[in-house]
Amino acid sequence: MTLDLRAIGLIAAAAVLYGLLPARARGWALLIASTVAIYLFQPALPIRFSDFILPTAALLLTMGAWWLTRRPADPAQQASRCEDAVSFGLILAVVIGLSLFRFVDAPYRLTPSRPPDPLALAMAIAGLIAVCAGGWYALQKRDLLRRRVLVAGIAALAGVFVALKAEPLAIALSGAWRGATGQDVTLASLADMNLLGFSYVAFRLIHTLRDRQVGLLPVLSLREFVTYVIFFPAYTAGPIDRAERFATDLRALPTLRAFDSARWSEAAQRIGAGLLKKFVVADTLAQGLALTPALAAHAEHPATLWLLLYGYALRLYFDFSGYTDIAIGLGLLFGVRLPENFNRPYLKTTLTAFWQNWHMTLSSWARFYLFTPFSRWLLGLERKPPTALIVLSAHLLTMSVIGLWHGVTLNFWLWGVWHALGLFAHKQWSDRTRAWYRGLNQTPRRKQAWTLFTWALTFHYVLLGWVWFALPDLAAALRVFAGLFGLSVGG
Amino acid sequence: MTWRGVFRILLKAALLFALANVLFAALNPLEALGSLSLYNRLWPGRERLPYGENPAQSYNLSLDNIPAMLASHTLSRPKAADEFRLLILGDSAAWGWFLTNADTLAGQINAAAAHTADGRRVVAYDLGYPVMSLTKDLLLLDAALASADPPDAVLWLVTLESFPREKQLFPPLLQHNPQRVRALIAGYGLHLDPADPRFVQPDFWGQTIIGQRRALADLLRLQTYGLSWAATGIDQMIPAEITLRQSDFEADVSWQNYDQPTALTADNLALEVLTAGVARAGVPLLLVNEPMFISGGTNSDLRYNAFYPRWAYDAYRTLLADTAAATGWRYLDLWDSIPPDEFTDTPVHLTPAGSAALATRLLDAVGTLE
Repeated sequence: MTLDLRAIGLIAAAAVLYGLLPARARGWALLIASTVAIYLFQPALPIRFSDFILPTAALLLTMGAWWLTRRPADPAQQASRCEDAVSFGLILAVVIGLSLFRFVDAPYRLTPSRPPDPLALAMAIAGLIAVCAGGWYALQKRDLLRRRVLVAGIAALAGVFVALKAEPLAIALSGAWRGATGQDVTLASLADMNLLGFSYVAFRLIHTLRDRQVGLLPVLSLREFVTYVIFFPAYTAGPIDRAERFATDLRALPTLRAFDSARWSEAAQRIGAGLLKKFVVADTLAQGLALTPALAAHAEHPATLWLLLYGYALRLYFDFSGYTDIAIGLGLLFGVRLPENFNRPYLKTTLTAFWQNWHMTLSSWARFYLFTPFSRWLLGLERKPPTALIVLSAHLLTMSVIGLWHGVTLNFWLWGVWHALGLFAHKQWSDRTRAWYRGLNQTPRRKQAWTLFTWALTFHYVLLGWVWFALPDLAAALRVFAGLFGLSVGG
Repeated sequence: MTWRGVFRILLKAALLFALANVLFAALNPLEALGSLSLYNRLWPGRERLPYGENPAQSYNLSLDNIPAMLASHTLSRPKAADEFRLLILGDSAAWGWFLTNADTLAGQINAAAAHTADGRRVVAYDLGYPVMSLTKDLLLLDAALASADPPDAVLWLVTLESFPREKQLFPPLLQHNPQRVRALIAGYGLHLDPADPRFVQPDFWGQTIIGQRRALADLLRLQTYGLSWAATGIDQMIPAEITLRQSDFEADVSWQNYDQPTALTADNLALEVLTAGVARAGVPLLLVNEPMFISGGTNSDLRYNAFYPRWAYDAYRTLLADTAAATGWRYLDLWDSIPPDEFTDTPVHLTPAGSAALATRLLDAVGTLE
C-alpha cells in the first residue's frame, strides 16, 4: 500500500482512535504505527523476503544510529534507560509480530508479500545485535574512536544510499542477493533494491549523526529518535524535519487536546488541499499533459514540447507539494507539526529565492550540512581560494548532492550542476548590481517590469532544468533541448 | 474554528455535493459535456475515433461517449467548399489496426490527393472502430450524420464477422448507448431486441456524479491526451514485431455457433442493418466486402483463415452479392484483392502496402459515387 487515498483515509480514521487513547500512550502509538507503516508502505519486491528485510534493515540502522548518538553520561539519557529498553523490545516485538503474517492469507497481510520465518528472523536480528554490541563494547571507552565511529556512520549511510540508488551498484547488490537465494541473477535490477523512503531516512540519520558530532543534538530517547526518523506521515515523501523540533512536539503530546477543533480543521484543510493538488491537478497533468521520456522521444513540434515541459513543471510541483500538504495535515492530526516544504516557488524572482522555497527542508539540510561547512572550510584554508571560486565550489557540491539525492544518475547530477551554475550566476549578478537595483525603487514601473522579467527568467531557467530531471539519459535530454528551440527533434 | 463551525461547513459541503449529484442525475449532461472538446480548437482533431486500452503509451483511450468521440475527430471540422467528404465505416481494418494514421485507408486515400470530376478534393474520414458489428457501424454513421456536416459519399467496409445477429449488440459501445441503439432498432425495424439485457441502463445512483465518475474521468482524459497526441501524432501502440496471423489450421469447419455447414440467411445474418445504413446515409454508399487473408497452409481446403471456414464465407459472399443485386446497393467484393503477405496479425488487418493497394482500388470506385 502506498500513500494513496485509501491509506490517507485509514490514517485519518486512525487519528480519531488516537485521540481516544490515554495521553501518555500517544507517543507509543506513534512509534508502533510508524514501525508498522514502513512495512505497509513498502512496495513488493521480486527478491524473496527482500521487501521485509530491507525495511527491517532500515529500522535496525535507525536504532544503530540512535545508539551512536546517545550521551550515556547525560542524566536525561540515563533517565530514559527503562523507556529505551521498552521501546527496543516493542520495536522488535512489532517486527517479529509482522513476520507472523507469513501464516496469513495475502489479502489480509500488512506486509507487501509473505514475510520470512519469525524464528529465523528473530535469530538473525539477535545475532546481528550481538555482533554490534560486541563491537561497541570494544570501542566504547575511547572517545576519539567514538567520534570516528560517528564519521564512519555518516560515511556508511552515504555508502548504503549510493549502493541502493546507483544503478550499477544496486544491480550488483541485487545480483549477489539473488545468487545467494538461488534466484535468477540475470533479472537483477535497480528496482529490486527499492527501499521506499530511504532517501529521507538516510538524510535524517545523517543530520542526527552530524549534529551529535558537533554537540547540537539534544538527548533523545530511542522512542523519540525512531519515531522522528520513520514518522509515517512523512516517511514516503518528507519533509525532512529536524530532530530537536520534532522531539519538542512529541514531548508535548501528553498535553495535547485530543480533539482540538482548530487543529483538526487546519489538518483537514491541509489534507484537502493536498488531495486536490495531488489526486486532481497532478494526476490530471500526468494523463498526457506532462513530459515523459516516451513523449520526448516522439514529440514533433517545439510548441508542444514547451507545453509538455510546462505541464511537467506544474505536475511535479502539485504532486510533491500535494503530498507535503497531506503529510503536514496527517501530522497535525497526530499532534506533530511538520515543517513547510514549499512556498510558491514558481512565483519567485530569483533562483536563490526559488531554492529557499522549493523543497525547503532538503535545501536547508544541504545548506546546513554541505554549503556552510564546505564554504567555511575553504575560507579557512591557508591559501584561501578566490571568493567567487569558493561560492561556485560550494554551490556545485551542494546542488550535486541535492541532484544525486533524487537518484544517482548523470542527469540528476547535471540538474544539480545546472542549478549550481544558476545560483552562482545570480550571486555574481546581484553582487554587482545591488546599487542599480536599489535605484529601481525610484521608478516603480521599471521595477515592476524588471520583477516580471526576473520572474520569467527564473521560472524558465528552472523549467529548462527539469529537462535534465525528467529524462533518463544525456542524449534524450539534449534532444529535448534541441527540440525546444526548433533545432531537431525525434527518434 | 469551533467544532460547531466545522460541522456546519461539513453539513453545507455535504448538502451542496448531494445537490450537485441530484442535478447531474436529473440533467444527465454527459453527452452535452462530450460535445465540448479541445480537439479541433486547441489540439488538432484526431484522425480516427478514440480507442485504446493503454492510454499512457498510446495517448488514446476507449470511451462510450459518442459525442465526445466525434467531437475529437477531424470530422467535426466544418466542411470546406471544395471538399468531397467521404466517410469510411468499418471494423479494426478500416480503423487501421497496427497502422499509423498516414497508412490507414483514409490516410492513403487522402495522400493520393484525388479530385472528383467536378474538381472537388476527395477527403476521407476514418470512422472505423475496432469491434465487429454492423449495428456499431450504423450507430456511428447515425451519430456522425447528426453532428457533423453531411458527407458526399460513404464507404462501408464489411466482413462476415460483423454480420451474425447474436454479435450485433455485444460491443460495449452499443451496450452503453441504449437509447441511441433502441432508436435505430425502432426507426429502421432492426430485428434486434430493444430489451436486450446487455444494455446498460444505470439507475438513479448510477446517473449521479459518483455513478458516472469513470465516464467523467474518461472525458477529461480524452481532452488531456490531446496534447500528447498533438505532440507525437501517436494514437496507438504499434509493436516493432507483429505476430503474424495463423496460416495452418486444425481440420475444423466450425464458425460461430455452427459446428457443421449451415445455410446462412437473413435469419442469422443481420442484413437489414445494411438496408438501414444505406437509408440513413442519404448519399451514395458503397458497400465493400473487405479483403481477407487467404491461407495456403494446412487444412486451407477447409478454412480460408482463422476466422472463416470456406463453407461459411462462400455462403456469405453469395448471399451478400445476391442481396446487393436484389436491393440495388452499390457493392464491391474485394475479398481476394490483396496478396496474403500483406496481412498482419489477423485475417483482415493490412500492412501499409496492403492498405495502399486497397486505397487505390477504392479510389477508382469513388468515381462511381460522385
